[in-house]
Amino acid sequence: MAEPWEEDEGPVKKFMYVNRKAPYGTIYALESLEVVLIAAAFDQDVSLAFLDDGVFQLKKGQDTGEIGVKNFSPTYRALEGYDIEKLYVEKESLEVRGLTADDLIVPVEVLSQDELSKLMDEQDVILSF
Amino acid sequence: MKLAVLVNEGPYQHQAADSALQFTKAALEKGHEIFRVFFYHDGVHNGTRLGVPPQDDRNVTQQWSELAEKHNLDLVVCVAAAQRRGILDASEAKRHGKDADNIAPGFRISGLGQLIEAGIQAERLVVFGD
Repeated sequence: MAEPWEEDEGPVKKFMYVNRKAPYGTIYALESLEVVLIAAAFDQDVSLAFLDDGVFQLKKGQDTGEIGVKNFSPTYRALEGYDIEKLYVEKESLEVRGLTADDLIVPVEVLSQDELSKLMDEQDVILSF
Repeated sequence: MKLAVLVNEGPYQHQAADSALQFTKAALEKGHEIFRVFFYHDGVHNGTRLGVPPQDDRNVTQQWSELAEKHNLDLVVCVAAAQRRGILDASEAKRHGKDADNIAPGFRISGLGQLIEAGIQAERLVVFGD
């Protein structure tokens, strides 16, 4: 019997990219975004989750002028053009950092830890950065 | 089971590199298929042939190379991550005007599409990272 992702033209799996780290200080956030942009070309079901310090990746008003690193946050705004529109942010991670969805540069769906973990359960592939 | 492995950390710096190697060995011993091992972030450093760890320590890269030869493993180093960090094969070195290459035997350099394909083709993608 065919697996669910083997029906129709080609395999379509649910890929979730989990972003847990602050945008600067390590390269994880930037290189995660590079994977997501490539993934967009594969016609898979792509979603992004932001939790822990990863919520800072979407913070408005990032200014990296003093640290000599490129501010790549405008790229998150371009995701819509790649048909990547499912962006989830963990509510608890926002709250403990004194942030709300209004502080973020793109529209997101804010989910509780429980809701996000249920969503993770539904994924075929989770890439955690 | 058909498995794929993602290695996101460099050797000696982080346990993730050893765990990925040991997991892959154990999976092969149990008869599982490894569709591909993909090296990303500092994980690309697993693919340099120029590392010289102390003689009484493990040689992670050499173990990958031996495993690749024995089991015909596909070890893929991400080209974008590798370029940043100076991991080059002969053609990449030539293309960028560098005087040397350092990719280890059994490894090849390719694009991120190989990671997505591994996620699609394998029944499980197992990620080793921080």
